[in-house]
Order: sequence, then C-alpha cells, then structure tokens
Amino acid sequence: MLKDITFGQYYSANSPIHRADPRMKIVLLITAIVFIFLSKNMYALLFSCVFVLAVLLISKVPFKIYLKNLKAILPILIFTAIINMFYSDGTANKLFSIWKLTVTDAGLYRAVFMATRIILLIFISSVLTYTTTPNDLTDALEKLLSPLKYIGLKTAVHTLAMMMTIALRFIPTLVEEAEKIMNAQKARGADFENGSLKDRAKALIPILIPLLISSVRRAYELAEAMECRCYNGGEGKTRMKQLRLKPMDYVICFITVLFCVGIILINLI
Amino acid sequence: MDNIIELKNVSYEYSNADEEDIAYTAVSNLSLNIERGSFTVILGHNGSGKSTLAKMLNGLYKPTKGDVLVDGINTKTEETEIEVKRKVGMVFQNPDNQLISSIVEEDVAFGPENLGLDPKEIRKRVDESLKAVGMYEFKNSTPHHLSGGQKQRIAIAGMIALRPDCLILDEPTAMLDPKGRAEIVDTVMKLNKEKGITVVLITHYMEEAENADRVIVMNDGVIIADGTPKEIFKNVEMLKDVGLDVPQTTELLYALNKNGMAVPTNVLSVEETAQVIANYLEEK
Repeated sequence: MLKDITFGQYYSANSPIHRADPRMKIVLLITAIVFIFLSKNMYALLFSCVFVLAVLLISKVPFKIYLKNLKAILPILIFTAIINMFYSDGTANKLFSIWKLTVTDAGLYRAVFMATRIILLIFISSVLTYTTTPNDLTDALEKLLSPLKYIGLKTAVHTLAMMMTIALRFIPTLVEEAEKIMNAQKARGADFENGSLKDRAKALIPILIPLLISSVRRAYELAEAMECRCYNGGEGKTRMKQLRLKPMDYVICFITVLFCVGIILINLI
Repeated sequence: MDNIIELKNVSYEYSNADEEDIAYTAVSNLSLNIERGSFTVILGHNGSGKSTLAKMLNGLYKPTKGDVLVDGINTKTEETEIEVKRKVGMVFQNPDNQLISSIVEEDVAFGPENLGLDPKEIRKRVDESLKAVGMYEFKNSTPHHLSGGQKQRIAIAGMIALRPDCLILDEPTAMLDPKGRAEIVDTVMKLNKEKGITVVLITHYMEEAENADRVIVMNDGVIIADGTPKEIFKNVEMLKDVGLDVPQTTELLYALNKNGMAVPTNVLSVEETAQVIANYLEEK
C-alpha cells in the first residue's frame, strides 16, 4: 500500500555502521567520495573497490538492495561508458571503427574506469541512506551546518532542520489523505487510468486542489499547536538527544583515513 | 480555593477584513473562574463559541474586550506569553495536526526542548509523561502507525511534559472511535485525580461530562447554565433547546417522569439508573 512508503530508504539492521554517529558518517562519506575520485590508476581503483565492498559487507544490508539502486542510474552509466569509449589521445591503438567513430584500447580502458568509479560512488552513498534514519540525518545536518550561524544565518539552519522534521512527519499523512481523496473522486466516477496523457493529467486536478486546501488548513493548525508548546522559532532551544562520538566512531574514522592514505600511496606507483 | 484562570467581561469578535462593519461575536461579555485542581466540562453545539473561549484561556487568542488572567498574569502581556502557554496546556481536535516529529519520544520532547531545559531533565520528563498516559512502550514508534486514541494520548503527553497547571482539551475526542474516546477520558480523569492538573474539557459528548466537578453549557457566546452534572442534566428541556443530546439514562428517566412514574432524575450512570427504577418498582 501507498501508506507504507516512508521517506528515505532506511534499512533496519544491527551493524557497526548503523550504530555509528550520523555526523561522522556524513563527513567520512564525503571524504571517501573525494578519494575514490582521486584514484588515478587501476591499482588505486581496485583498492577503492575492495574498500567499498568491505563497507557494504559490514553494513549488513543485503547486496540485492544496493543493486536495486544501481538499476535506476543504469542509463546514465551506459551513456557515460559509451561516450568515454570513443575518447582517444592519439597515441592509442585502434581496436575497431564504427562509422566515423574509432574505439581505441585507451578509450575502452577509460570507459571501464569511469563506469566503475560511478558504481562505487552510488554504492558508498547508499550506505549512508540505508544505515541512517531520516531523523538522524536531519539532526546530523543541523549540527554540521551549525557553524553557518556565525556568518549571519542564525535562524536559517534551525528553520531548515525544522522543515525537514515536519516534512518527514507529514509525508505519510499526506499520502494517506491523497489516497482517500482519490477514492472519493473515483466513487464519483473520476477516471484516472484511461485517456490520453493530457486527460490523465487533467484528472489529477480534482485530487491536487482538495489536497492543497487541506494542507494549508493542517499547516495552520500545526502552527497553533506548536505555539501552544512554547515554540518561539528555536531561540534557546535544547535537544533531548545529544549526539556523542563513541570509540567505534573513531575506529571507523581511522579505517577511512587508512583508505585515503592507501589511495595517495598507490597513486604514486 | 484559588482560581487558576479568571475571565473578566471577556468578548471576542471575528472581524472581516473587507467589510469592517460586519463582525461576528463568538464570545460576548463572559465572566468565569476556573478553580485550581477542578475538572470542568464546557458543553455546547457547533458555533456556540466554546472553541474560541478555549483558545482565549491560554492566550492563543487575545480577547477583543475584557481580560483573561492565568495565575494572575494577563494573557495580553507579551513578555509572559510563553509562561502563560506553559502554565495552560492545550490539546486540539485532530491528533495528526499536533504531532511534530515522526518519533513518539522526540515529539513529546518538543515542548521541553523549546523551554531550553537540560537534556537529562527533558529525558526524565518525556519518560514520566509517556508513562502517565500509558504510552511508554511506544516511545520509539512512528505516530502514523498508531490509532487515533493513541496519537491523541501522545499529544496529551507532549503537553504534560511542559508541567502545566491546567490542561485545556478542545474536543479531543471528536475524531476518535468509541474506544479511543474512552481512552482519552480515562487518561484525562487520571491526570486530574493523580497529578492534580486542572482540566477544562470542551466537548459535545454529554457522557464525558458525567464525572466532572462542574458543567458549563454555552450557547451563542454566553453561558446559559453552570452547575454540577446532576443539576445540569436534570434540565432536559433546556439542553434540548440548545441542540445538545442528554445522556440516554437521563432521557429515559425524564420520559418515565413525563408519563407519570415519579422516579428521581438526579442520577447519571447506568447502574444508578437501574437501581432507582428497581426501587420505584419495588415501592409500587
């Protein structure tokens, strides 16, 4: 059912990566992505592959689920590979020609290299979304962005985090409501399945308008409820859940640093 | 006894921005005191002004005429606005539109977090509040997987985490099924009896008024009756006139009386009613 859709792709499991501090995960993810891109030669890339596969295994999220993510970007992947295949720096050996385009061994190597890089990138990024709940992600982003308040964006960070929290909370509610309205309109003879694309788009108007009106009403009531709970725009607000770095977080950090050093060394070969 | 809330000649007018001369008076010249620790039920049909009255009790709406005093503080004073809202908690009709976080315990923590309390103190209050409404085992659940009654109890927990002196509930059961309704009424009764929180329950379900200390009936922005539940429900004609339904037991005793059976009409519960009818039949 539509109702069971939850925002984000959190996959519940009990792994060291699930338990790690979300702030640490975000920072390390960015670091890992940078170093995967810095892999210059084949050995460095192979080393990255080993690292990413190890992370996937430790995360305890089934490999099948990671592959599903890959399927979505398959067209982009193939496109990038094909474009790179025809790349040549002039010194390479010709393999074969299609029409006016020539495929060289250097081009082929580059195509495989680029595709692998993108696959690694998708895999490592999905580790973050699969092992971190949306709420933890929001908290971590708020904390990581908090230095912005010193450059005049005092309320912006808090507002952004509040918006994300409310969005996460209301997505299932609104999906449920859209479903109700859809059924109500169907009962009145609305047809969402047949007709041209234009007709079907038009048929959505009687769903979107009631949904919009009720959302505005909800927003108004929510604002009153928040006011009753002493909300004043986040001034002087504290948090019940304090993020604290645990020994395991430092271990994970150390492993990632080792990976980065490894890439730098291998690049020198 | 001292009063937690005092209303002095309070009026509230909704004005139309386009046509200033057309204003709708929701509450007119109303004076009322709510005693500390009491359980008051305000009854009235739709449009009787009871919701507007409720929103004035914690300063969400400021009266257009007159003053509302909460624990001696005027709700019109801007500096004490947060303090008034902390003292007088408010629970609304739709539980879905009151919950902010997608995790139960984080939602309950929202109020105390806004007060800027210490994380340990917040944790203590959250656990206490969830236990008080009997939802502690759901602290890590997601609200949209809970029933309406459960969500409404979370909303109540979110309010009592602020440690209010008084709790206003504006038709908290209107969107719930009978089971959810019973859950809420029981929870509120318990909070009143055990924690001594003053309760003002606004409703149009008369059964919920049975256990109150005081019942106030509103119609067209004014109080038309004020007394104990038994005093109020005796007056069946008046209640029907303002569009309210009396409890079935009262209705039965009223009908019996009308048809010449002199049974006492000042009882409310099913057991008591059965008893007085049995007594009457024995005497005959």
